[in-house]
Amino acid sequence: MSDHSLGRPQIIASAVDNPDRTRGWTSWITTTDHKKIGIMYLATVLVFFILGGVEALLIRTQLAVPDNTLLTPERYNQILTMHGTTMVFLVVVPVWAGFANYLLPLMLGARDVAFPRLNAWSYWMYLFGGIALYASMLYSPPEAGWFSYVPLSLKQYSGTNGQEAWIYMVHLTGLSSIIGAINFIATIHNMRAPGMGWGRMPLFVWTILIYAYLVIVALTSLAATVTMLLLDRNFGTGFFDPAQGGSALLWQHLFWFFGHPEVYILVLPAFGVFSEILPVFARKPIFGYKAIAAATVGIAFLGMLVWAHHMFATPMSTTVLAFFMLMSFVIAVPTGVKIFNWIATLWRGTVEWTTALLYCVGGIATFTMGGITGIFLAVFPIDWQLTDTYFVVAHFHYTAFGASAFAMFGALYFWWPKMTGRMLSEKTGKLGFALLFIGFHTTFLIQHSAGLSGMPRRIYEYSESSWTVYNFISTIGAFMIALAAAVTVFSVVWSLKRGAIAGPDPWKANTLEWFTPSPPPENNFDVVPRVRSVEPMKDIRREIEQRTNSEQRYRSGQPLMR
Amino acid sequence: MAALLAAPAARAGLLFPESGGSPNADSIHTLYVMVFILALFIFVGVEGALLWALFRFKAKKGATAAQIHGNTKLEVGWTVGAFLILIFITAFTFIQLPSIKNPKPSLIDADGNQVSQVEGAQFAATNQSVPKGDTMTIEVNGQQYVWRYLYPGQDQLLTYTDMVVPVGMTVLLDITADDVVHSWWIPKLGGKMDAVPGYTNKLWFRIPPDAIPEGQKQVVYTGQCAELCGRNHANMYGRVIGMKMEDYKAWYAEKVQQVKTAETDVSEQQKELTEQQSQGDGE
Ligand SMILES: [Cu+2]
Repeated sequence: MSDHSLGRPQIIASAVDNPDRTRGWTSWITTTDHKKIGIMYLATVLVFFILGGVEALLIRTQLAVPDNTLLTPERYNQILTMHGTTMVFLVVVPVWAGFANYLLPLMLGARDVAFPRLNAWSYWMYLFGGIALYASMLYSPPEAGWFSYVPLSLKQYSGTNGQEAWIYMVHLTGLSSIIGAINFIATIHNMRAPGMGWGRMPLFVWTILIYAYLVIVALTSLAATVTMLLLDRNFGTGFFDPAQGGSALLWQHLFWFFGHPEVYILVLPAFGVFSEILPVFARKPIFGYKAIAAATVGIAFLGMLVWAHHMFATPMSTTVLAFFMLMSFVIAVPTGVKIFNWIATLWRGTVEWTTALLYCVGGIATFTMGGITGIFLAVFPIDWQLTDTYFVVAHFHYTAFGASAFAMFGALYFWWPKMTGRMLSEKTGKLGFALLFIGFHTTFLIQHSAGLSGMPRRIYEYSESSWTVYNFISTIGAFMIALAAAVTVFSVVWSLKRGAIAGPDPWKANTLEWFTPSPPPENNFDVVPRVRSVEPMKDIRREIEQRTNSEQRYRSGQPLMR
Repeated sequence: MAALLAAPAARAGLLFPESGGSPNADSIHTLYVMVFILALFIFVGVEGALLWALFRFKAKKGATAAQIHGNTKLEVGWTVGAFLILIFITAFTFIQLPSIKNPKPSLIDADGNQVSQVEGAQFAATNQSVPKGDTMTIEVNGQQYVWRYLYPGQDQLLTYTDMVVPVGMTVLLDITADDVVHSWWIPKLGGKMDAVPGYTNKLWFRIPPDAIPEGQKQVVYTGQCAELCGRNHANMYGRVIGMKMEDYKAWYAEKVQQVKTAETDVSEQQKELTEQQSQGDGE
């Protein structure tokens, strides 16, 4: 036992465990514990991720060969609407709510979030929102696309109630996200450990704070927008119906006023994950902490001023076009700054190639390509050629999948030991990463070419023979992604039963969540240490070293898990 | 890379957007190639640095990580550097913009005669400027799931899916929609413009006179609707057919005649029907 304590900091928290109250399924549905809610979020996200993934595979199978008749046009439009809606509203937004729920109080040294009951409510609203959307599978799913452009989404052109299901889903998950955001903001502002000023807050917490503010701005606006659509469809208001003097462009402006901040809602927490994991495995402090935090704030602010770059082909004056082009360029600068800082964090470090780190580096590499193709799209005359083609599909998968999904997997590998007390297999992890990385680029790199040679988005079939090769390659990649996801799911299930015991701090990481046992007891911490830097665990290890004269720090090249 | 850029036409579609059917498409192509070259440098630089850091600084026994927290000079440097690149792209865009946005004057007049080139006044205005000389305005109307074209002239000629135009003539498009949002796009003739009900969008093209392949009478450019407009969105095709002015005139006259005949046929049939009915009533 004394051997065991050698490599690890002393733990001063103990489980306050009442088995009747903390185990069994009733404990889950009645819980207000942020950790259990976080796990429920992540488990639900996994289900929707699989559903959204199956929809993606159906799309790719349909497009694998020209003139395919696997799916009818109606089915195809339903599936592409469900895929986009699921991935945005039911996977990537809530996945960060899930991780933030689990990690925020632990990283801040708090015992729970500020409003635990609201927190539970916000989870259930998310679940019900998802069910509201998927219940439409039983009658007729929405088919106007995830951005539901009017007039197509008006009653005259989309007569089924699937569109209503979509609207209720937006309302319920939106409410869930807004309540969750208020909760995060209150927690971050009020419940930080003693000594944790704004300049010592983990960067993941920074990104969640900004994510939360963006959620409040963007999702309240969207709630109003879809309410107008609901009224137009069912009560005869004419906000969007040109036949009644309404404006079809108004919807686009309102939707993208939500839609672009939404993009940053999806990726900022991913940036936070990169900023947490890279310094741990480079064994080096994050490079330019202040610049990264400031860039996060800058991106969020500018993110609210770029929405019309989704609408460059609509009737607009050159002045408006130029404004949104310039703002889109300006937002590239703080984004670039973050990428440079991450590279500089690895530079001259001792980089351990753990699965979590590989996912982060793979994510940064992929996101960088999405950023570069974003420059093409921001130049509005070029965008006139590229918008609404597969080039755009490729671009936003490079950013949303590249940053968010890679970060999601990285976060899973990094924090799983904390959540379950068990390690995920590194071997299977690396296999999963390799498959995902290769599969992703096989799927999406070639889609740029499909777009450049004239293939529009959202067509259920094509006859043009020059697109066949591009599409066939892309479909092969999609099945590799599915295989990668299957490997990861297998790895997770295997680890639950057989994974190596992790201990409180398997990675020798930097932030406070590693100070408590894995999984943490219900009250998180018995004693919260005073925070003296951005990397409180390093300080604690140093202190233990001085007191006990036994080495606690990590030496390059030493195996992590024995 | 020089070789790569030397044959852009051959790489169109794989690496570059389609072009060749109109000066604005060519200008977009030029702009794209310029951004592509810059992007290539950024790509190689950033990804190279990332991979280098990953491999070069991989953990080894005995290595120690440098405990650096930041470097203000470096950080200010790359922020300014990023800005400079973007300012450069902005400048280049605005240099290219007039040639994309503003229609060029026609190479021929209304009778098909060559005209000497007089560049029209060029400014990037809210809507496209009107060039000097003869032009031809066609109203493009998107409907589920067909494109309808209204030709200039008193005949109010309408055609569907296929638009026929004289080569060398600057064609101005007024793009509208009747039901839902569509998007007009013929890749080789330039960018796309959305057809939004309640709004009129503008676009133009001018097919080069030498685009008609030798021994043939016409040149055909294809495209399809680019905005999800319902279940049959994938089958909303558009074609632009370029002909010599005299062929165009012949085609136009024939079309107008066909429509007239059809109309007369219809009214005659109607007359007959009415007569039959009234006879039937009489019995
Ligand atoms: Cu259409």
